[in-house]
Amino acid sequence: MTEHHDDGALLRLTPAAKTGLAIAAAISLYGISFGALAVASGLTFWQTVALSFLMFTGGSQFAFIGVIASGGSGAAAFGGATLLSLRNTIYAVQLKALLNPAGAAKYAAAQVTIDETMATSTAQQTAAEQRRGFWITGVACFVGWNLATVIGALLGDFIADPEALGLDGAVVAAFLGLLWPRLRSREPWALAVLAALITTLTMPMVPPGVPILIAAAVAVIWGVVSARKEQPL
Amino acid sequence: MSMDPQSLWFWVLLACAAAYATKILGYLVPAAWLQHRLVTQISGVLTVALLAALVAMNTFSADDGITIDARLGALLAAAAALLLRAPFIVVVLAGAAAAAGLRMLGFP
Repeated sequence: MTEHHDDGALLRLTPAAKTGLAIAAAISLYGISFGALAVASGLTFWQTVALSFLMFTGGSQFAFIGVIASGGSGAAAFGGATLLSLRNTIYAVQLKALLNPAGAAKYAAAQVTIDETMATSTAQQTAAEQRRGFWITGVACFVGWNLATVIGALLGDFIADPEALGLDGAVVAAFLGLLWPRLRSREPWALAVLAALITTLTMPMVPPGVPILIAAAVAVIWGVVSARKEQPL
Repeated sequence: MSMDPQSLWFWVLLACAAAYATKILGYLVPAAWLQHRLVTQISGVLTVALLAALVAMNTFSADDGITIDARLGALLAAAAALLLRAPFIVVVLAGAAAAAGLRMLGFP
């Protein structure tokens, strides 16, 4: 196993690196449909490119162009996108505790703090793998997503539907694959089922992105209660 | 439907700045807060809950609430692969194949 002689070098094809590259491949293909849909929604080529390069948080980007496409105001697009990005603040707090990037690295880390990097990094067991999982996933997703956006924006309607390729199924499988190793006893199972239920049940009631914040709030309460019982998860 | 490009640029850049603000904010919390024992405890719990929430969101999300479609098949295929101790990439491919296969059969 790599753990025994892991020198901590960032660029090694370890399990964390492979996980990150597999996720980046699936996510990047979605970038093509983002680029195509953004241009179809009425954004210019450069506005589309700016969203992927500067905003770089897929859910928010799709929310932004979705509002514009349906004739909504710029302020509504801004509100939806920002609400969906609030979960990244929670990820950032967790990743700071895990990786504590210092100086300029902190500002780069912030830009790639998204679902995929949080999930890959926190799923690893050793500090070297957590760091590798974060940066390799982050850089691979950033490069792939931006290249794909350009391709999608240029090709427009000519490209295949990512859902016909099952890419949305790949994303579901990837997040389950990252959750799975953590479900080793009854308590995390119970919490995972509760969080999934709360997310699903609140999705029809609150704006997109908010169900994840509600699940996070429930987890914090769960953590406080189980800490009082002195039962570490 | 079409907004003038300059006004749209304003909202695009403002939304990009807000997204970055949500991300950097988490890195600017004082390190001392994170050393508290309760925070490490909550962090482990939070990871499980966030991952489970992401699984649920990506399985059931729809434009207006929730729906059941080929992604549920992807979830079950991935779970089966995980029970068989398949490597991560096989789990991901199983999810994609299940969703694509179900859609070929006419499922939404």
